[in-house]
Amino acid sequence: MANFKLKVNGKTQEVAVDPTTPMLWVLRDHLKLVGTKYGCGIAQCGACTVHLDDNAVRSCQLPVSAVGDKEITTIEGLSENGDHPVQKAWIEEDVYQCGYCQAGQIMNASAFLKKNPNPSDSEIESAMNGNICRCGTYTRIKKAIKTAANTENA
Amino acid sequence: MTKIRTQYNRRSFLKVSAAASGGMLIGFSWLNGCKPNTPEPEPGIALPNEWFDINGYIKIGDTGLVTIYSPNPEIGQNVKTSMPMIVAEELDVPWENVVVEQAPLNTGFYQNQFAGGSLSIRLSWNALRMAGATGKRMLMEAAAKEWGLQLADISASEGVIKENNGERTVTYGEIASKAVGIEVPEEVDLKSPKDFKLIGTSIKNVDGEKIVTGQPLFGLDFQREGMSLAMIQHPPSFGMTVKDFNEEEIKKMPGVKDAFIIDTTINEPDWFDEKGFKQLIAIVGDSTWELMQAKKAIKANWESTGELESSSMHKERLEKALVSGTVTESRKDGNPEAAFKRAAKVIEQTYTAPFMAHNTLEPMNFFANVTEDSAELMGPTQTPEALEGSVAKLLDLPLENITVDMSRMGGGFGRRLYVHFGLEAAAISKKIGGPVKLIYSREDDMSQGTYRPTYRSTYKAGLDENNNLIAFSVRGAGLPDGPVFPNRFPAGAVENYLAEKISADTNITTGAWRAPRSNFTAGAEQAFLDEVAELAGKDPIDFRLELFERAKNNPVGEEYEYDAERYAGVLKLVKEKANWGSNEPNVFRGVAAYFCHSTYVAEVFDMVMEKGQPKVKKVWCAVDCGIVINRDGAINMMQGGVVDGIGHAMYSQLTFENGTPKQMNFDRYQLIRHSQAPDDIEVFFVENEIDPTGLGEPGLPPAMGALANAMYKATGQRYYNQPFATERQVIG
Ligand code: FES
Ligand code: FES
Repeated sequence: MANFKLKVNGKTQEVAVDPTTPMLWVLRDHLKLVGTKYGCGIAQCGACTVHLDDNAVRSCQLPVSAVGDKEITTIEGLSENGDHPVQKAWIEEDVYQCGYCQAGQIMNASAFLKKNPNPSDSEIESAMNGNICRCGTYTRIKKAIKTAANTENA
Repeated sequence: MTKIRTQYNRRSFLKVSAAASGGMLIGFSWLNGCKPNTPEPEPGIALPNEWFDINGYIKIGDTGLVTIYSPNPEIGQNVKTSMPMIVAEELDVPWENVVVEQAPLNTGFYQNQFAGGSLSIRLSWNALRMAGATGKRMLMEAAAKEWGLQLADISASEGVIKENNGERTVTYGEIASKAVGIEVPEEVDLKSPKDFKLIGTSIKNVDGEKIVTGQPLFGLDFQREGMSLAMIQHPPSFGMTVKDFNEEEIKKMPGVKDAFIIDTTINEPDWFDEKGFKQLIAIVGDSTWELMQAKKAIKANWESTGELESSSMHKERLEKALVSGTVTESRKDGNPEAAFKRAAKVIEQTYTAPFMAHNTLEPMNFFANVTEDSAELMGPTQTPEALEGSVAKLLDLPLENITVDMSRMGGGFGRRLYVHFGLEAAAISKKIGGPVKLIYSREDDMSQGTYRPTYRSTYKAGLDENNNLIAFSVRGAGLPDGPVFPNRFPAGAVENYLAEKISADTNITTGAWRAPRSNFTAGAEQAFLDEVAELAGKDPIDFRLELFERAKNNPVGEEYEYDAERYAGVLKLVKEKANWGSNEPNVFRGVAAYFCHSTYVAEVFDMVMEKGQPKVKKVWCAVDCGIVINRDGAINMMQGGVVDGIGHAMYSQLTFENGTPKQMNFDRYQLIRHSQAPDDIEVFFVENEIDPTGLGEPGLPPAMGALANAMYKATGQRYYNQPFATERQVIG
């Protein structure tokens, strides 16, 4: 057990956990931020994607001890009122089916668009390839990313 | 206009009372009340007793706001949006005034639900319309009474009632409290489909905002003050059970509160109790991570209780079953044997498919709080009533003392029809005497599934000198259940026909997986027919249309299970939309059509070679599901089905060695990913006024056939064994 001070969604939070605990479980079990999802635990599905500073990372692979003073943003903190352009585009395209993968998809897409505001189709595909959607909403996700890119650039 | 009764044998489907906060509350039977006695009920189920149970609620508040409490489990089929649309249509209120809410917990709202077999819409259609129409009628009667007019003198639309020959108007909200005193009419009029304003339009998912902001919606997100967490460890192989384990050592591990063996054996288990392991090791603690570490430290003695099966053994069993297995279901028309003998050309091919896991992205989990005399459960289940019954047996409690509530589900695909994980949560809660949430790791989820059976079918066709199909046979075996539907197409369309379904044994647990049996048979049959059409020198669509003509005009043998006209209809529509017959360079086309779960679907795939790999670029999909409720939601379901079909036919399989699944997580179990999905899937509906049928399943089966046929065009090679990606001699 060790104490960690974490910056999550703009707030500083303290947790006492085993240093090997992945951020995914710190968020879900200890901070009760359950928007970040567990799908595989081995970096294969992307359901657990959060932002570490501006980078999309898989929180199931990020031990709490490795976070340091970097800023963590989860789906709950992506925008104040759910109005991030990517969130709005997701609603616009009515992307989801079961919805379980979508927090991870949105977190990955928003970090990606920040770095590449005007992506091509194949850039979208390779950036998003690590995020599984078991319900098969891929064509809508692609469309929503383009919609978000267009509104951000408008 | 059609009429619908609000009563049956003097029992009412509907009750009305004053709403607590003002206005009118209509309670009605949402008819999801088909008892879950089979995962894929046959059409034409008798009216179940549960018809009369009130489980849906409409509140018309005095502000005019209409709240529809949806009791339906949401597994991603979007029923939580589409079903309230049906109520709002008949009630005649603008969608802006409608709020859809999950019915509150623990009130008995959640009785008799069942989300499986694409049944939800089919069973609820009339009940939802009846409830909406009754509400409208009662509001109108109240207004007529108020104004001293006859019903015929007034009309209602968009939440407002007005006098036909006068100025007076009243909103639903204003008259709602008065409508409470009106007697429930015995019979009400339903709208004619041509007057629908809401049905057939596109309404966005009512939970959209919650999903994109990460609200706690799913079973895995459920929290309760004082709740522990638990994980289980099952034996490594099917055919094994647990004897004992290093209990004391595990109990001493950090964060572990308790560790023990649970037994979830119950008397007279039903189909939904299917499970591989009844005795399991359970570990209880406060944090998932610590439980995961403790799980790794388990040293157990496992005992064999049966054979430890391997995939090679499964293959042999299926081969043997096809030769000498017992036929459990069959159909024979004419004299197939003689016809094959006199045929000018005969073709025979064998198709196979592996076991598959459901792999809902949210792993199995359940919350339970068991006390001396009661049990409260909450989680992602498609069959709450079934779980309630099983928990009653396990804990020896009366049904009334058990509640089962449903969370949103992170995918279903049939997996959550089975109740064992809820039962396990109950057993753990009983042992520790407090609330607990059981969580499966991905590995637990994948390695103790209720898998899609593995299949093997041999198809044979005979053509005469004029290339007419004169004989057709299919012999299909599965572990444990064969994949053949003897009365489906091309039954009725071929003079000499034989279909035989064969079962064989396995101790691997299996169950309903999105579009049971069709999920293999459609692909096999449609790929075979493509080959037969080629042998006959005919266009694959024309070839099928000829057969439907035959089935329609001059059917062979006893009744068959499809409507040849509607089947042909989707093929004609997809042919037109895809501009079939146009040849684009380097674009390879495949077509398939299938009928299951009362819905007809035809698909055309355009494939290209990208970096030496075949890739589906574009899909055209034509659907006849009767009346379309929520257009964009329906399109979404079909698109998902197509992607799912491509993914599983191409990449996914579960194989076994000595009873152990060789794939336990997404590193080895391949699921389709972004770059492998089509760029575009266009969906077209046959517009008609037939009662709506489900869309959860029918999009998937034909995709497997269209994929195989497009791959043949792209690579020159026919694909017989799923997953195709492992069978690529030519590609890769
Ligand atoms: S849970 Fe982290 S990638 Fe799947
Ligand atoms: S919407 Fe269900 S997993 Fe993506």
